[in-house]
Amino acid sequence: MAELTVSVVSLEHPEWDGPASQIVVKTLEGEMGVLPGHEPVLATLAEGPIRIDPVDGDPMYFAVHGGFFSLDENRAIILADVAETAEEINVARAQEAKSNAEKADDEDLEAIAAMRRAETRLRVVELAD
Amino acid sequence: MGGQQRVFRRKIRSVQSTKKITKAMEMISSSRIIKAQRQLEEAAPYTRALFQAISAAASHAAGVEKHPLTAEARLEKRAIFLVVTADRGLAGAYSINAIREAEGLTRYLVDERGFEDVIPYVVGRKGLSFYKFRDREIGESWTGSSDQPSLSDAKEIAKALLERFLLPTEEGGADEIHIVYTHFVTMVTQEVRVRRILPVEVIEEEVDVSEGRIGDPDNQAGDDRPYMPLYDFEPSANAVLDELLPRYVESAVYTALLLSAASEHAARRRACKSATDNAEELIRTYVRLANQARQAEITQEISEIVGGADALSSATAGS
Repeated sequence: MAELTVSVVSLEHPEWDGPASQIVVKTLEGEMGVLPGHEPVLATLAEGPIRIDPVDGDPMYFAVHGGFFSLDENRAIILADVAETAEEINVARAQEAKSNAEKADDEDLEAIAAMRRAETRLRVVELAD
Repeated sequence: MGGQQRVFRRKIRSVQSTKKITKAMEMISSSRIIKAQRQLEEAAPYTRALFQAISAAASHAAGVEKHPLTAEARLEKRAIFLVVTADRGLAGAYSINAIREAEGLTRYLVDERGFEDVIPYVVGRKGLSFYKFRDREIGESWTGSSDQPSLSDAKEIAKALLERFLLPTEEGGADEIHIVYTHFVTMVTQEVRVRRILPVEVIEEEVDVSEGRIGDPDNQAGDDRPYMPLYDFEPSANAVLDELLPRYVESAVYTALLLSAASEHAARRRACKSATDNAEELIRTYVRLANQARQAEITQEISEIVGGADALSSATAGS
């Protein structure tokens, strides 16, 4: 069966590499599931979790805070500004960040962004369990 | 101990402590080169993928020439460049080579290309003091992290450059951005390079910029294909380009900073190694001179004793 070759890379270090049977990314226009044989795509990623189903093993989740997704001939590259695995996420810190952000004023764009990041992190941890 | 000997001993001690410092710096630099190289390797897959994505978006988006970040047909009035130098000395000609190249670039842009204004943006204290001393206008400067650049430094610099670029020319915006950095070729060879980062030259060769790695056998994406696939863009090609290009500037700045840091350490290692070697040579010379002085003193003392004894015995014999 055809499979996808997936790389998750960020500017600081390559995050994950390997074959996968399916990936789900969150673009600006909504979630997009990609199976082998999908047409070439270049998309802007939104803040949110991405899911990778490796050919062997359990689904994996990454918290991606903005970036790109490119797919071409079953070669998928996720160019993340920041990508974190569930193990890398500090749950206590994310919860704290979320509650701090909730207290902040609604107009504060930075607080909203912090809130989204924290929510993504918590969601990834939840999904990975 | 005679005066002469004391002078030599003092010189030996002072050279020995200098040698300790240069030796330590040599070793620190050696280890930091490796760190910078590792960071470069970790950033390489991202940079490579980013270039592919830009080429794809640029070659397929309709009206890409009109995109502000790639359009060539701007006024050629004001250019800015980022020059990467060291914060500290003891690195041989590292900083001054970069500055000299930057001066050459300035002359080229003004004389040949007809730019009215070329403004330097400076990384590193050495470059900053060069421009300050000459009372030249500088855009912005960043100091204190030239030897261990981090991603957040690169982001800050990229943001400042891009802001200047996006301003209209009439309001002081720049029409071109160049980077002057020192490319790390090997441990013994580094060369200063100039690269225009914006507007992006949208050609397939653009991919080559990622330091020759693109031709590697482990490059699985297959860049040698004669055509680009027809991509589906989400939300649109122009929107994707809008998002891609700031990241392109970031990664270009980050790569330049890391390459320069590796080069700085290599230059410092070399400078400190020859300083250590010279110190050893000096110590050898001084030890010889000190021995000579000691021997001369002993000889003189012996001849004084012999002369004294002679005088005494001849005085006793005479009475």
